[in-house]
Amino acid sequence: MIRPNALTAKLVLSFGALVVLGCVVPLVVEDYDSYQITVAFSYGIAILGLNILTGYNGQFSIGHSAFFAIGAYTAAIMISHFGWHPYATLPFVAIAAFMVGFLFGFPALRLEGLYLALATFALAVATPQILKVDALEEWTGGVQGLFFDKPDAILGFSIDQSLYYVTWIVFVVLMALTWALLHSRSGRAIMAIRDNPIAASTMGINTALYKTTTFGISAMFAGLGGAFFAFANAFVSPDTFNFFIAVYLLVGSVVGGIVSIPGALLGGLFYVFGQEYAEEVSNLSELIPPPWVTFGIFLILMMYFAPFGIWGLIERGMARLKRPSSS
Amino acid sequence: MPLLKVKGLKAYYRQTEALHGVDFEIDEGSITTILGANGAGKTTTLRAISRMVRTEGSITFQGEEITGLGSEKIALLGIAHVPEGRGTFVRQSVEENLELGAYTRKIKSDVADDVERVYAYFPRLKERMKQQAGTLSGGEQQMLAIGRALMLRPKLMLLDEPSFGLAPLITQEIYEIMARIRKDEGASMLLVEQNANIALNLADHAYLLETGNVVMSGEAAILRDDETVRRTYLGY
Amino acid sequence: MDLFLQLTLAGLAIGSIYACVALAVVMIYQATDHFNFAQGEMAMFSTFVAWALFQATGSIWLAFVLAVAASFIAGIIIERVIVKPVESAPVFNQIIVFIGLLMIFNNLAGWFWEHTTKTLPSLFPEDLGFETTLISPHNLGVIVFTLALLLVVFLFFKFTKVGLAMKAAAANPDSARLVGVSVGWMLALGWGLASAIGAVGGVLVAPIVFLEPNMMSGVLLYGFAGALFGGVNSPGGAVAGGLIVGVLENWARQYVPGGSELGLTFALVLIVGVLMFKPAGLFGRIVVKRV
Repeated sequence: MIRPNALTAKLVLSFGALVVLGCVVPLVVEDYDSYQITVAFSYGIAILGLNILTGYNGQFSIGHSAFFAIGAYTAAIMISHFGWHPYATLPFVAIAAFMVGFLFGFPALRLEGLYLALATFALAVATPQILKVDALEEWTGGVQGLFFDKPDAILGFSIDQSLYYVTWIVFVVLMALTWALLHSRSGRAIMAIRDNPIAASTMGINTALYKTTTFGISAMFAGLGGAFFAFANAFVSPDTFNFFIAVYLLVGSVVGGIVSIPGALLGGLFYVFGQEYAEEVSNLSELIPPPWVTFGIFLILMMYFAPFGIWGLIERGMARLKRPSSS
Repeated sequence: MPLLKVKGLKAYYRQTEALHGVDFEIDEGSITTILGANGAGKTTTLRAISRMVRTEGSITFQGEEITGLGSEKIALLGIAHVPEGRGTFVRQSVEENLELGAYTRKIKSDVADDVERVYAYFPRLKERMKQQAGTLSGGEQQMLAIGRALMLRPKLMLLDEPSFGLAPLITQEIYEIMARIRKDEGASMLLVEQNANIALNLADHAYLLETGNVVMSGEAAILRDDETVRRTYLGY
Repeated sequence: MDLFLQLTLAGLAIGSIYACVALAVVMIYQATDHFNFAQGEMAMFSTFVAWALFQATGSIWLAFVLAVAASFIAGIIIERVIVKPVESAPVFNQIIVFIGLLMIFNNLAGWFWEHTTKTLPSLFPEDLGFETTLISPHNLGVIVFTLALLLVVFLFFKFTKVGLAMKAAAANPDSARLVGVSVGWMLALGWGLASAIGAVGGVLVAPIVFLEPNMMSGVLLYGFAGALFGGVNSPGGAVAGGLIVGVLENWARQYVPGGSELGLTFALVLIVGVLMFKPAGLFGRIVVKRV
C-alpha cells in the first residue's frame, strides 16, 4: 500500500491477465463504450501521474487540470496547425508537459501541504483564462477551441477500437514503468522524501532534484492523458479544462487509491462510469440530488473510513485473508 | 481523605504503555514530588491527571473519579497544570496569558486582585506586562507559567520540571517563591523534577519512578538524607 | 484623473469584498491551520439563501441578517460534524474533505436554484443625498460597511474574553485546554464566524457580479491572494491585502494591455510569487517551526 508490491510471479500473472482482459473488451462492446473506456484510460493516465506525485512523493496538487490541458492543447495545435499525425505528437506532448511541470516544481519546492495545494489551485483556476487570451487565439482557437479528426483506424479495427488499443497499451506501459521506477533506488528516494524529507536530505538524497523531477514526471503523465483525452473527443476548448477537472482527477485518485498503481485505473473508470451511473440515479427522481453532491458526500465518507481508496480496501481485504485464523 | 489518589494507573501513547500501574496519593496542603530519569514516565503521570493521554485505572480528586473527563474540565475542578516546556501563549502578552489563566473564573473583580498578587510574587512579570510572552527569557516564562496557574486559585498545582533549562540561580529564586506560595496560598503541589536535590528540599513526600513503575516512596527528608538511595537512584 | 479616482474607488469596493473573503480565510487558518477551499462555495450558497429569503420576505436587509445568522450556525455545525473527524488526520485528508464540501455546496446551489443568473438588490439606497460620479452608491456602501464589519471583528478579538480564548486555542490548543478553554468549540466558533463573514461578502458582491453558482470561485482566489499577500497570520494584513489586490486588479484591467482578461492569472502569479519570496506576506510574521 505505502510501498508497491514486490515482483512475484503472482504480480506478473495478474498484470498479464489484466492486459489481456483490457485487450478483449473492445471486441465485445459497442464502439461508444470503447470510446468511454478510452476516456477513462486518459483520466487514468493523468491520475497515475497524480498518484506518483501525491501518493508516493507527498506533494499536493489540485491543479493537474493545467498539465492535462497542456498535453491536450499541444497535441491539438500540432495536429490542427501543422498536420502532424496524432500519435506522432506524443513525444512532444510528453516533453512539453514534463518541462512545464518541472519548472513549476521549483516554486513548489518552497511550499508544503496547504500552501502547495493553494498554489496549484490557483494554477487550475487560471488555466482556462490563459487559454482564452486574445494574443494566443491564433494558436488556441480562443473560446471556440480546436477541432480535428480522431486518429485513423488501424489493423482492421474501428476508429474507436483502434484508439482504445493505443491508449490501453500506453497506459499499461506507463503502469509498468511506474512500478519499475518505484522499485528502483530513485523510487525509494521518492518515497523517503514523502515520509521524512529532513531525514531524506541528511541521507544525501538531493530532495530538490527529486521533487522537481517527480513534478515533471507527474505533469508528463497528465499531459499524455490530456492528449489521449483530446484524441478521443477530437476537440479541445478552454472551458473543458477548468478547475473541476483537477477536482475530478483528485476524486478519481482518492477513490481508486492514491498510493497505488492499479488505483489509477480504478479511478479513471470510476470517474467515467460512476458519473454516468450517478446521473442515471439522480434522474430517477426530483428528490435525488445531482451526482456531484453525492460524490462530495462519498468523498468525505471515504476520508473517514477508507482513506486509501478502493484499492486500499482490496489490499486490506487480501491481507485479512492471508492472516492465520487464530486471533 | 487524600486530595488526589491514583491507583493502578496505566497510560498509553498510541499502543505503547508508558505507565504500568502506578499508585500514589497526595494530601491536602502538601508538596509531593515525583522523581526519576528521562523517560521514567514523570511527565506522563501529570498528563494522565490532566487527561491528555489515554489511561486505565483510577484517578480520584477530592473523592470523585476524574478519568471520564476531558482536559478542559480539569481546570474547572481547581487543578492547574504547568506543563512541560511552560506552554506559554507566545503571541499573547504577559497580561493576556494571566487573563487566560483566569478563563474559568466567574468574578471579574477577584481576577484583577489575583493579577496583582501574581505580580507581587513575580515583580519581573509586572515590568513586562504588555510584552509579548514569547520574548521573555526562560526563567521569566516559567514564572509566567506558574503565575498563570495561580490565576486559577488552584487546589492542586501540577508542575512539570520547573527547573528545566534554567540557570541554578533562577531555579533557586523560583523554588523560593514556590515555597512562599505554598505557605500563603495553601495550594497543594505535585512536582515532577529531574533535579532531585532541589525538589527534595521543597517537598514533603517523594516518589521515584523508573520506566513506568514506582520503585520507591517515602518522606522527602528521609530520601534526601539516605546516602544509598541518593547514590543508587538519584545519582548524587 | 477622474477615471483614475473612479477606478481606485471601485477597486477599493471590490477589494473590500476580497478583504472579507481574505479575513474569513485567515480566521479559519489561524484557528485551525487549514485553508478552507470550500469557503467560496459556502459563501455563494449563503448568498442564494439570502436571495430565497428576499423572495419570501421582500426585505433585503431582513434576508441579509437571517442569511448571515444561518451561515454562522451552519459553519459551526459543519465544523463539529464534518471537519472534526479529520481534525488529527493528515493534511491530505483534510484537503479532500474541503473539496468534498466544495463540490456539495456548488452543486447543491445549482440543484436548488438552477443555473440561471439571479439578481440580488443592493443593501444600500440609490439616493446618497449627494451627487457624485466618482463612485456608485453600492460601492460606497460596500466600503463603509466592510470597514465597519472589520472594525467589529478587530474589537472582538482584541477586547473580549472569547476572542482571546479563540486566539489561544488556535495558538496553543494544549495550553488552552489546561486553562479550561473548550478548544473544539473555539474551532467551531471560528468556522461559524468565517462562514458568516463569507456570507456578508457574498451578499455584497452579488449586485456587482450577479448571482450564479460559479460566482465565487474567482472571488475566492482573489481572497486567497489577498490573504497571502497581506500575511496569512495577520488578520489586519489580510484585509489590507484584499484591498490592495482589488485596487491593483482594477488598475491592471484598465492600464495593462490584455489586463482585463488576465485577472485570474495575475492572482495566480501573485499567489505563487508571495509563497515563494515572502511567505509571511507584507505584514505577517514568520512562525518558525521547530524541527
